[in-house]
Amino acid sequence: MSTINLEKPELKAPRNQYGETLAALGAENPNIVVLDADLACSTQTQKFADKFPERFFNQGISEQDLINTAAGLSTTGKIPFCSTFALFAAGKGWDQIRNTVCYSGLNVKVCPTHSGLSLGEDGASHQSIEDIALMRVIPGMTVIVPSDAVETDRVIRWAAEYYGPVYVRLVRPNCPVIHDNATYQLDPAMPQKIRVEREGNDITLVATGETVYHALLAAERLQKDHGISAEVLNCLFIKPFDTQTLVASARKTGKVITVESHQIFGGLAGVVCEELSANHPTPVRRLGTQDRFGQSGTGDALFKEYGIDWEAIYNEALSWLKA
Amino acid sequence: MSSTLESHPIPQSETTSPMSQSTTESRTIPAGLPRLTTPELQKVAAKLRIDILDMIFEAQSGHPGSSLSCIDLLVNIWFSHMVWDPANPEWKERDRFIMSKGHGAPAYYATLMQAGYIPWEEKNTLRKINSNLQGHPASKYIKGCDISTGSLGQGLSCGVGMALGLQLDNISSRVIVLMGDGECQEGNVWEAVLSAAHHKSSRITAIVDRNHLQIDGDTEKVKALGQMAPKFAAFNWNTIEIDGHDYQQIQDALKQADMLAEDTDRPTVIIANTTKGKGVSFMENQAGWHGKAPNKEQYEAARAELVAAYEALQ
Repeated sequence: MSTINLEKPELKAPRNQYGETLAALGAENPNIVVLDADLACSTQTQKFADKFPERFFNQGISEQDLINTAAGLSTTGKIPFCSTFALFAAGKGWDQIRNTVCYSGLNVKVCPTHSGLSLGEDGASHQSIEDIALMRVIPGMTVIVPSDAVETDRVIRWAAEYYGPVYVRLVRPNCPVIHDNATYQLDPAMPQKIRVEREGNDITLVATGETVYHALLAAERLQKDHGISAEVLNCLFIKPFDTQTLVASARKTGKVITVESHQIFGGLAGVVCEELSANHPTPVRRLGTQDRFGQSGTGDALFKEYGIDWEAIYNEALSWLKA
Repeated sequence: MSSTLESHPIPQSETTSPMSQSTTESRTIPAGLPRLTTPELQKVAAKLRIDILDMIFEAQSGHPGSSLSCIDLLVNIWFSHMVWDPANPEWKERDRFIMSKGHGAPAYYATLMQAGYIPWEEKNTLRKINSNLQGHPASKYIKGCDISTGSLGQGLSCGVGMALGLQLDNISSRVIVLMGDGECQEGNVWEAVLSAAHHKSSRITAIVDRNHLQIDGDTEKVKALGQMAPKFAAFNWNTIEIDGHDYQQIQDALKQADMLAEDTDRPTVIIANTTKGKGVSFMENQAGWHGKAPNKEQYEAARAELVAAYEALQ
């Protein structure tokens, strides 16, 4: 159970943490190399570039080249981390990720930032709401969506140790830090284990990435306002997926709400519905973009407009339980 | 099907003479690395042409035209130029080779069979279920193949990454990327052409199999590539243009690329003008033979031509 003050959390941007962790890893492991596609100042890979310029490669605005250059580097024993915005990595680089990186089983880490709606003002042309689905369907790909800066640090360190292709979906804005940096660790034997962030009996809120905070806030307020006991699951790993923990919670509550900054197809809702249908059929309600592109606006305004903020989760749970 | 192996023995490989290497070569040349003379290379290529045809006929699927256009290049690259270890495909200091035109897989596989990296027993498994010899090269199944190819346009970027990685480790191995000309219609190729020059990756040699044909016909009609050497030159590459079936020209170009790697900070491209389907008269310069297997009658006619050409070299 989280001991973080959800009403007044500390804030930190996962992308900033990414840059800091990369710079720290660079000192620990000389095989780590970093590539970017002209967004090093945005993705924060510049932090690594400043310390290890000889191990940093700016490939310019060429995402296909970015991924394949990383692929080539990996064949010489390097551990490449490559970054740009999520839409450009997963979208423009998809065939390179699929055919060269994953099919060859190469040790490439694709770690884009600015995923989902919270990218904000740049609008739909830059907001990736399909990338989880695009990455999840590729055989052999690991897909990770950290919920805060603490998880970002741990999964980047984990990815550096793990051999194989990994996609880590990061975001732009300052986000609530919902985990204790001093004690948080991944289960080395089962890093994909879903974290039960809050236990409950009436309904299961399944979240990933930024929406974990919103689910926790909704759960706290549902308890306070209505005595509703909501369980909150944090799906850090979309693939491989921890079906067991999901099914155990669904068996207990009988009602599942998914919430993600992504299309309701193929991402978190996709994997949750697939696994529940096959293992323990349970009614699911899905919060995310409902087959609709994003738009310009602040991240907060977008989360509200597209129904994935704490209030939307709160209202969905309430209407379902009171029906 | 008759056996190529018994009726047409493979020429014996010469082992390496250190003299054949660049003067700046600091690697220990692996024992048993084949260094063939031009007549030997010609015999090997003539023999591998038969194997390519056999494989594609047996599979009833594959790309004969694209394989026959590049087999002379492959044989020269692997058996007179590249440094690799017959006993250890993972040798860290090996020259790297990327078959970016992955649909030339039969030619690549035949070359790797000759190199000893693929057992000859697998020859008849091309494109069959559970085979190591996938329709396009899959690195996980093929010794000596570092990266899977098939989706065109990707090999040169991978080569740039390899060159950067080798440079970080102070390994001066060459990186050789064999591309198709039609493949150069892919945007990723030109991203990589920019990158290689930007990173001053002089150890990269790209070779374009310029056979002027792609699936839908003449490259100049589908989407004109025009004069390719000036395009690469404009991107700050060294360029060499040769007849891709002339062994002296191929070997001279590869040696020149080595010298340019030392004398300049630019990558080098060899535009190798070739004939699609080279060696089988009715396949030559026919786009229709890009990706089609011969029927039995065509196979026998083609094989008779290739066997006659092989025997003429004995």
